[in-house]
Amino acid sequence: MSSKTSHAPDRADPGLANPGPVNDAAITVENLSKRYEIHHQRASGEGLRHVFESAIRAPIRWLRSRRNALGPGNEAFWALRDVSFAVAQGEAVGIVGRNGAGKSTLLKLLSRITEPTTGQIRYRGRVSSLLEVGTGFHPELTGRENIFLNAAILGMRRRAILRRFDEIVAFSEVERFLDTPVKRYSSGMYVRLAFAVAAHLEPEILLVDEVLAVGDAAFQQKCLGKMGSVVSEGRTVLFVSHNMAAVSALCTRGLLIEAGRVVQSGPPQVVIEGYLATIRANAHRPLAERTDREGGGRIRFTRVSVLNDRLEPVDTVASGQDIAIALEYDLRDAHTLQNAAVQIKFFGALGQPLFACLSTSWSRESLTLPSGARILCHIPRLPLLQGVYAYTIWCMLGNTLEDFVANAGNLSVVDGDFFGTGTLPPKTVGEVLLTHSWSVR
Amino acid sequence: MDNITEPEETLIVAGRAGRRYLRDLWQYRELFLFLAWRDLLVRYKQTVVGVAWALIRPLLTMLVLTFVFSRLGNMPSGGVPYPLLVLCGMLPWQFFAGAVSDSGYSLLSSSGLISKVYFPRLVIPAGTLVPSLVDLLISLLFLLGLLIWYRFVPSANIFFLPLFLLLAVATSFGAGVWVSAAMVNYRDFRFIVPFVVQFGLYISPVGFLSSVVPERLRLLYSLNPLVGVIDGFRWCILGQDALYPPALAISVTASLALIFTGIWYFRRTERTLADVI
Repeated sequence: MSSKTSHAPDRADPGLANPGPVNDAAITVENLSKRYEIHHQRASGEGLRHVFESAIRAPIRWLRSRRNALGPGNEAFWALRDVSFAVAQGEAVGIVGRNGAGKSTLLKLLSRITEPTTGQIRYRGRVSSLLEVGTGFHPELTGRENIFLNAAILGMRRRAILRRFDEIVAFSEVERFLDTPVKRYSSGMYVRLAFAVAAHLEPEILLVDEVLAVGDAAFQQKCLGKMGSVVSEGRTVLFVSHNMAAVSALCTRGLLIEAGRVVQSGPPQVVIEGYLATIRANAHRPLAERTDREGGGRIRFTRVSVLNDRLEPVDTVASGQDIAIALEYDLRDAHTLQNAAVQIKFFGALGQPLFACLSTSWSRESLTLPSGARILCHIPRLPLLQGVYAYTIWCMLGNTLEDFVANAGNLSVVDGDFFGTGTLPPKTVGEVLLTHSWSVR
Repeated sequence: MDNITEPEETLIVAGRAGRRYLRDLWQYRELFLFLAWRDLLVRYKQTVVGVAWALIRPLLTMLVLTFVFSRLGNMPSGGVPYPLLVLCGMLPWQFFAGAVSDSGYSLLSSSGLISKVYFPRLVIPAGTLVPSLVDLLISLLFLLGLLIWYRFVPSANIFFLPLFLLLAVATSFGAGVWVSAAMVNYRDFRFIVPFVVQFGLYISPVGFLSSVVPERLRLLYSLNPLVGVIDGFRWCILGQDALYPPALAISVTASLALIFTGIWYFRRTERTLADVI
């Protein structure tokens, strides 16, 4: 890549009357918006028949469109709305926000996977993301062939690949299998090879979407480790995560996104506080009114409540108490749903997952849900210290997700006598209590 | 690429991504080659006879078409061995059919890439042309063998063959780009493409000379842009009848129109590709 540093025509763009402190910034985002159109159509909505149909209906729709800018059954959804911010060279920015707030859309726009609806982005240097690990790997090709292919897809030149080839191979620890098709690799080898390529890209700007990152815990750990080293080398990082512990440890600044807008920017601790506050506020909204949910919708949770050991609803529970979480639901078009799996997942003060109660790991039998009933999840001897714990609920039927509500509610816990001794460990050592015993033999 | 050079600045403005498109295409030229190289490598992996398929397919098709049109249909051959006539028609046709179906499905089958990495998407359908082109070159070798077998000396027109090769590539590229983008928007093309490919073998002059078409229907028949291409290949190699100029003009016009409208439509689709794929 020769040094094409000056783009005079670009600078002359009328939209850039105020370049501001652009020169220092690694990334400048101005009035960025992204609109998606949601088709509330039958599955055939994208077919040719639909084209013929709408050609016939076009005159009618044209009349209607004077009232409504979009076609019937279409709804505009602004994933991002007028977002502006700048990131200085070497900053590590943690982007936090609830599911569907627009964090991943922002990264997609920055990595040019999709084009913005309005606004502009200016950045200096190459952008790559840890999302792309293993992208374009072809199972029939050998490890050697895939290194070249993958690196080329991620934007590396052939010469650069040749120069770094030995390093990549050494890093991946798969030398012996370089000429084996990757379809014969174990998943660990596969991920190591893919990660080795991504780790040698050396972009000026690194995007990490931990929410979407696939792979096992070890791999995610590797991603975080890589991110840490990139930050310490003074390169610019944008990090999307729900893990506040990681954000506060790795980032120099936080950015809170709510409903497609940047609502807060500042030191990570402050932004994390803001984020947790929005979660708590959200949990007070009645479940039935929540629209920020995912899944097919054959079942919808309508109400969640915390019950004490006599199954009476309570506001607050104590450590060590037998409690239950009650989930009320509506079924869309069935009287009874078979084959259901339900999960309640609890998060700690920094948004890190603590533990989950999954019906199908408690029993091999799946749940059968008649309409008008409620699901109870019993938790004996609540193993949590004093604090407020958000939880996420979902329900799957077979292999399809039917309802998912992030931060469906808060479990507010006061210290109780978990061990029957009247004492508890201090909160500084963690949030979870464990039944255990000691002995000296 | 090295740290010595000042990092390049990128500007993304809503609705203006097209401005840098040509430059991006040039920067990603290596990716085009890598994708083509991948398709070539993968094409005959885990097959028993491997590259020989590139010879077996035209050989068998040639035998069947010769049998059907020459033996059963008693079509005139214009004084050349019938298998030669069929093979000359099949070269551009098989290239077109292969390239259009491969590039037609190419965007859909690369959805994993498209939703994760940026690059000018045009390199995907363009890259799929290369394996078909390689098959075509192998078939040309086969044709050479057949010419020697029949002791048939090609006419001097053979020097024009590269031009018609270019025409075949242009037509296939234009059609392939169209189909690849259309298939993202309308999955119906998944059914249309195999149908057209099957159907086109019989309505294009692959198994017979286009001169057997009655004179008053000739212009209508030549509306199929492949008629000009196939006739051109025969004219170059076998040097029989004179070229029918309207057919050639239609082919050239159609290929240019396909390329320009195809790229226009492709660019329009590309803008929201990652959102709809």
